Amino acid sequence: MSNIPTELRYAKSHEWIRLEDDGTAYVGISEHAQDAMGDLVYVELPEVGDVFAASDETGVVESVKAASDIYAPVSGEIVAINEALADNPELVNQDCYGDGWLYRIKVTDKFELDELLSADEYSAEIDEEDED
Amino acid sequence: MGHRTPLYDAHLAAGGKMVDFGGWDMPINYGSQIEEHHQVRRHAGMFDVSHMNVVDVSGTGARDFLRRLLANDVDRVEQGRALYSAMLNEQGGVVDDLIVYRRAQDYRLILNCGTREKDMAWLQQQSAGFDVAINAQPQLAIIAIQGPNALQLAGPLLPEAEAVQALKPFHFFESGDWLLARTGYTGEDGVEVILPASEAVEFWQKLHAAGVAFCGLGARDTLRLEAGMNLYGNDMDDTTTPLEAGMAWTLVFNDRDFIGRAALEAQQVRGHNVLVGLIMEAKGVLRAHQKVFTNAGEGEITSGSFSPTLGISVALARVPVGSAGDAEVEIRNKKVPVKIVRPPFVRNGKQVFKLL
Repeated sequence: MSNIPTELRYAKSHEWIRLEDDGTAYVGISEHAQDAMGDLVYVELPEVGDVFAASDETGVVESVKAASDIYAPVSGEIVAINEALADNPELVNQDCYGDGWLYRIKVTDKFELDELLSADEYSAEIDEEDED
Repeated sequence: MGHRTPLYDAHLAAGGKMVDFGGWDMPINYGSQIEEHHQVRRHAGMFDVSHMNVVDVSGTGARDFLRRLLANDVDRVEQGRALYSAMLNEQGGVVDDLIVYRRAQDYRLILNCGTREKDMAWLQQQSAGFDVAINAQPQLAIIAIQGPNALQLAGPLLPEAEAVQALKPFHFFESGDWLLARTGYTGEDGVEVILPASEAVEFWQKLHAAGVAFCGLGARDTLRLEAGMNLYGNDMDDTTTPLEAGMAWTLVFNDRDFIGRAALEAQQVRGHNVLVGLIMEAKGVLRAHQKVFTNAGEGEITSGSFSPTLGISVALARVPVGSAGDAEVEIRNKKVPVKIVRPPFVRNGKQVFKLL
């Protein structure tokens, strides 16, 4: 069973997002996603200052198995990226909700978070996916 | 549910992530395929390869049959030695690649799992007119222990431990129902053990207790690619000749009219594509079927992956003869620079490739 923290929101494309008090949010990929990818070897991140709309492509995670796009769960401006991933992409596999965070985004519209999935809804999503 | 080896439950208990491999449920990794790869290059790891097809070829006509069937010549090896060979069709295409162990009483062939039905039908068909018996051995398991410490750790657990330590590369001996060979598919030292299925679980567990790491098929693929070893289905298939697959060194043209010989000789005259290595210093992973653009024309990657030992992506590619130096690969609509090299990429844990 996949670990799906209840305090986070999720996109169908398997990104998670955690809103901080200062109006920025951390973004990463879920346990389900990192497990499906296998060992990551490269992570392509956006640059600080880049502005995205929700669902825009913001980067790529690449494993031995495949390359997968990372999408912005919400609209906003990138204020920080996880530089540790350049040399240690395996952090995403080891701690996808913690040290394996991808970037921090300044959220333009908090209501966009309501359009994302709750932990339960995301769990149901991936259960359906696994049945395919 | 696919076929299962005797070690299936052991794989699950060890956290093996099971996937379908040619109709068999096999472990792709036990957590991290990159860690497993490093274990083999630095220490010792083991693979369950019991899904492969063990076939004993016996009878008074066995030698003549194999000298006709195989592109390499079994006369090259005396009893106690192993031989790597391609098995060709009349067009010179590779039906399968295999290892032959020349035993006292017969020849033991190890063929690929994915080509099992095709190979058995081909063997039966080609044996017509030879006094030969062809018998698959499904009651056997195969465990490959590989790495610089493989012999040191596995030796004490094997029958006739001293004889194991004294084995020369590509030699083997038998002790009862066990066959022990100093062969492998990783570019490291090691021993491959063919043993009764009923004894596989206990042996596997003893090896683990002695410090040998579980390793899955994911690591097996990155290891063999680094070692410049072909994978049937990727680097060659029925439509590829050994000349196009970097396997010219496995061909012996002597007094034998082996199947496919005429086709190969014709191709040598006409010219053909060649298999080269590629290394990519930029970020990204080279993958099979990506297009390659060289100084001599266009080609295609046959096998690509990330090389954990080198920290960059490497690949094998089929390109026009004369290809050398800098080239480009098309990855997701972008042309990325690569360099053409002569494989292998890694030997005894170190980078060895030379730029072509």
